Amino acid sequence: MPVGEKHGFLARTLIYVVLIAGAALSAYPFYWMLVIATRTRDAVYEMPPAILPGPELIANMSHALERIIFFRALWNSAVVSASTTASVLFFCSLAGYAFAKFDFPGKKWLFLLVLGTLLVPQQLSVLPNYILMSKLSWIDSYKAIIVPGMVSAFGIFWMRQYIGASIHQELIEASRIDGCGYFYTFVRIVLPIIVPALATLGIFTFLNTWNDFFWPLVVLKNNENFTIQIALQQLFSRNDSIDYGMIMAATFFATLPLLVVFALFSRWFISGLTSGAVKS
Amino acid sequence: MMNAGVSASPAAVPARPWLTERRRSRIAAYLFISPFFILFAVFGVYPIFFTFYLSMYKWNGLGDMKFVGLKNFELVLTDPTFWTSFFNTFLMGGMGTIPQLILALILAVALNSAFIRGTKFLRAVYFLPNITSIVAVTIIFSGIFANKGIANYVVSLVGLGPYAWTVQYWPVKIAVAIMVIWRWTGYNAIIFLAGLQSIPGDLYEAARIDGANRRQLFLHITVPLLKPFILFTTLISTIGSMQLFTEPYVFLSQGGTGSTREEGVTMVIYLYSEAFKNSFFGTAAATAVILFVFTIMFSLLNTWVSRRMGGEA
Repeated sequence: MPVGEKHGFLARTLIYVVLIAGAALSAYPFYWMLVIATRTRDAVYEMPPAILPGPELIANMSHALERIIFFRALWNSAVVSASTTASVLFFCSLAGYAFAKFDFPGKKWLFLLVLGTLLVPQQLSVLPNYILMSKLSWIDSYKAIIVPGMVSAFGIFWMRQYIGASIHQELIEASRIDGCGYFYTFVRIVLPIIVPALATLGIFTFLNTWNDFFWPLVVLKNNENFTIQIALQQLFSRNDSIDYGMIMAATFFATLPLLVVFALFSRWFISGLTSGAVKS
Repeated sequence: MMNAGVSASPAAVPARPWLTERRRSRIAAYLFISPFFILFAVFGVYPIFFTFYLSMYKWNGLGDMKFVGLKNFELVLTDPTFWTSFFNTFLMGGMGTIPQLILALILAVALNSAFIRGTKFLRAVYFLPNITSIVAVTIIFSGIFANKGIANYVVSLVGLGPYAWTVQYWPVKIAVAIMVIWRWTGYNAIIFLAGLQSIPGDLYEAARIDGANRRQLFLHITVPLLKPFILFTTLISTIGSMQLFTEPYVFLSQGGTGSTREEGVTMVIYLYSEAFKNSFFGTAAATAVILFVFTIMFSLLNTWVSRRMGGEA
């Protein structure tokens, strides 16, 4: 119902119950992870479930560190995600700028082609890409993950929309008349204006790369090169009975950086999410 | 746009008359978009054709490739495990998608009608599950669905269970569906909320003056105007559920690397095992093609059904 409508007491109460239940269900598993991460390995089986955190977080984490190269995996994820993000931001804004502000033959069709690639599922190309990676000897290297993701169709679409709406043609022409080259105009005039769009796309890309599981699982073979997701899964599939205290501690510390990033940028992130949907 | 009025620019060097401003701007534009098309050609177009090509060959990834025509498709389509994965994908997809969208709609309507300060905070909380990696989500829920874990404790309160959530036919699917629901409900709620907020308030005003009650307002204004958003989320979650992989893969592989049980095998898990466990590259490629065809068919069907059910807006 629209804002401004008056609700009865009962309706209001119902609305609050729904909202709070939704929030509790969204947040509880995170909290529970923290509780288990700070308790002994059998805490997961205590019923009714434990409510408060315990003192075992450090012990659990040090068990996890004996099993996987945790910080190396975090570092791998950070390198891969940061390089992919930097590259996506650069190439997508460049291409988005061309599609928004330049006239050239085939523009319409090429842009449709960009959008069309969004419909092709990753699974359709995973085998040949794997074969390609092994031919290039890129298996087990950062390159196998970074290079295919260096530019994205969604990113181009996103940047074209934003640049189209926020950069005036006169500004570009003025810069050209002052003697700036096309690329210099892009770097000096366009980039500073589109910082909010870059921030949104950057967070999206970073999170997606950081959280990807399927492709890294295919191309990474060696412990030392695992991203954090693969390392966690490795930790989880030990053959002995699962020590939930240990695995939850590792999962907690692996999730923490994302929670911090999200807490800092959620405003941009959520507005970016919905403006993408409104357009489709 | 660009070429109208810029020919007088000093950048058009007279010494090279063929390189007009117009040509220069075109060259710049093509250069700017070329990285995408180069990467797409290498990692997008070529692989797609190669997948179709590979689907007609028998190959283990190392030795010689042997042409077998449509034999791979026959092998996949007569493999009971493939059909198990097919039905699993649709069961888990449906069980995950439908409640997810209904819950999201309820949450969005509630969020939209609350005049509380904390709406922004609540939106962030609802969205939290979506930014967490699926691996982390699955690990957390595996603890919840452990044999003596919370899930069994909760069902025991109503006199059910205990269930072996990682083994039994329906419990496996329910557990995976719950992970999917938990991860995506908030995302969809925020999309719906954006939709609700895009509906102009005077539409409601006008209808109310005409004597419409709350139910009529919802059915005749909210639902039709929200239709594009519902269509979008349905399509996205349908395509997503066709590609279900990580949740069942991680959930069922605990205690052994990737020993995925039949109860939770999905089409992508099937594809993955054919290629990277069994080295049957030909049948894996055929599976990829089949999966692609199903995705397109299902998306079209989905759009058609939603159009029909929604009626004329």
